[in-house]
Amino acid sequence: MDYFKDIYTSLYSIFVGLKITGSHLFEKKVTLQYPERDHPLRDGTMPMNARNRLYVDMERCDGCGTCARACPVNCIDVELVKVTPGDVIPMFYDGTPRKTWVTKYNIDFAKCCFCSLCTEACPTDAVQMTPVFEYSEYDRKNLLYKMASLSPEEAELKKQMWARYSTEKKKADAEAKAKTEAEAKAKADAVAKVEPVVEVVSKDPEDENSDCDRA
Amino acid sequence: MEQTNFVYNLIGNNIFAFIIVAVLPMFFLLPYALVAILGELKISAWIQERVGPMRTGWKGVLQPLAEVVKLLQKEDITPAAVNKPLFNLAPFVMFAGAYAAYAVIPFSSQFIPSGINIGLFYVFAVSAFGVIAIVMGGWASNNKYSLLGAMRAAAQMISYEIPIAIAILSIATLAGSLDMQTIIIKQGGGFWNWNLFGGPGSFEKIWVIPFTLTLFVIYFVGSLAETNRIPFDIPEGESEIVAGYHTEYSGMKFAMFFFAEYSNMFIVSAVITVLFLGGWQSPLGDILNGPIWQSLWFIGKSMLFVFLQIWIRWTLPRLRVDQLMYVTWKVMLPISFVAFFAVALWAMISR
Repeated sequence: MDYFKDIYTSLYSIFVGLKITGSHLFEKKVTLQYPERDHPLRDGTMPMNARNRLYVDMERCDGCGTCARACPVNCIDVELVKVTPGDVIPMFYDGTPRKTWVTKYNIDFAKCCFCSLCTEACPTDAVQMTPVFEYSEYDRKNLLYKMASLSPEEAELKKQMWARYSTEKKKADAEAKAKTEAEAKAKADAVAKVEPVVEVVSKDPEDENSDCDRA
Repeated sequence: MEQTNFVYNLIGNNIFAFIIVAVLPMFFLLPYALVAILGELKISAWIQERVGPMRTGWKGVLQPLAEVVKLLQKEDITPAAVNKPLFNLAPFVMFAGAYAAYAVIPFSSQFIPSGINIGLFYVFAVSAFGVIAIVMGGWASNNKYSLLGAMRAAAQMISYEIPIAIAILSIATLAGSLDMQTIIIKQGGGFWNWNLFGGPGSFEKIWVIPFTLTLFVIYFVGSLAETNRIPFDIPEGESEIVAGYHTEYSGMKFAMFFFAEYSNMFIVSAVITVLFLGGWQSPLGDILNGPIWQSLWFIGKSMLFVFLQIWIRWTLPRLRVDQLMYVTWKVMLPISFVAFFAVALWAMISR
């Protein structure tokens, strides 16, 4: 009879269900107690293109600011100052001298969206993704990473040096310019008395490029 | 029978003794509720191969305490459109009903809060308080889902009380008494004398064992329905009617519903222990059968059924309303009648 068969089936299936859940009761748990135990990705098995915490190799960075421009959330802040002539010349990692000091390179990881556009934009491959993914902080300020290799005092010093140099140079330039202008004026006055300048315009089409360049 | 209660023996038959006897179950109930909540969390987690709460205390054992504190400090919201007196009264009625049943739960041969001679009938009567409270809460909430849940609860509980009543009646016939202590004492002398195995008697009782086992299953299924546990949690199906009758409750009032549910779980387990598993009797006859051991046996057996309820909760899906009604009216009721007649026949012959 279907009636008794149904009762038997339902009771039987309840016991099967209880057996299954009961066996799971004593099985090994799949939960990882994450901060206490090791994360499986900590031991170097992070995928190649994983996007995690950024690292900036300051020996490669020349402070061009391409990364800051590429960043869609404006979390990178780069500031640079030219090397004052006569100062120590900073080197790249391969020993080539460079013309700028990177006085500030801040990445705000509270803002970072891990799009990896900065690493693609970087012309010198200074901005890289690392396998580090555990760097949460209790204070948001601690997520502002200051990557610049110069200390703030050094950076200030370099800025002042450049400022002093540039003002002096500007002054000198202005004097020199005034001088040259005066000389040119004097010369022009002298030339004007002699003969007018004749301009020669080339009709050759191949020369149009050079015209453009000059323009 | 003679009422034995160690409190009365210690400090006499005065008002202080009554007060102590009245609050003693509470001292059991509060730690039990914490253990049951923790058990619910941990067993559900283990069945799903998780580890459950681990951050509060050693292996998360303080988690139920944290949940209780959380519920206590939550805002107690009374929605504007509710029927305030009924809405505020419902949790108290629910808890009063749940706690009142402890008056006749025999924890040991030396302790039963009130040794009335119609203990089974009393338990059965006060457990109906839960239905009133649920209908009260669902109606007062002024919310269609709550009302739907309350009506489902009423339909379900009234249906399921009939097979339960017949199961209780069969055991009362078998034991010849409605007194909890008498029923337990008759099952003494080892686990083969339990009502689950046909009660005390000679070898001929073997033909009544299938019927008592059937009654045991019927009572257990019915008790699941009575406490609104899965697979019979139709009145509070979260996915169907957003928690049913306690949708509008929060804070302490919700905690009282919650507490009463866990309290009810223990009561039905305790009654099943008394009826079928020999109550506080040791399964080994007179070995380990002192008053303290008896309370340990009783609580242990009852907790086994609480565990079974939790286990079933995380195994079976929720029934549909028509399936529920089919099970109670077309399956459990006729079978319980047949079993009742068989047990009554055996009781008549063996006497």
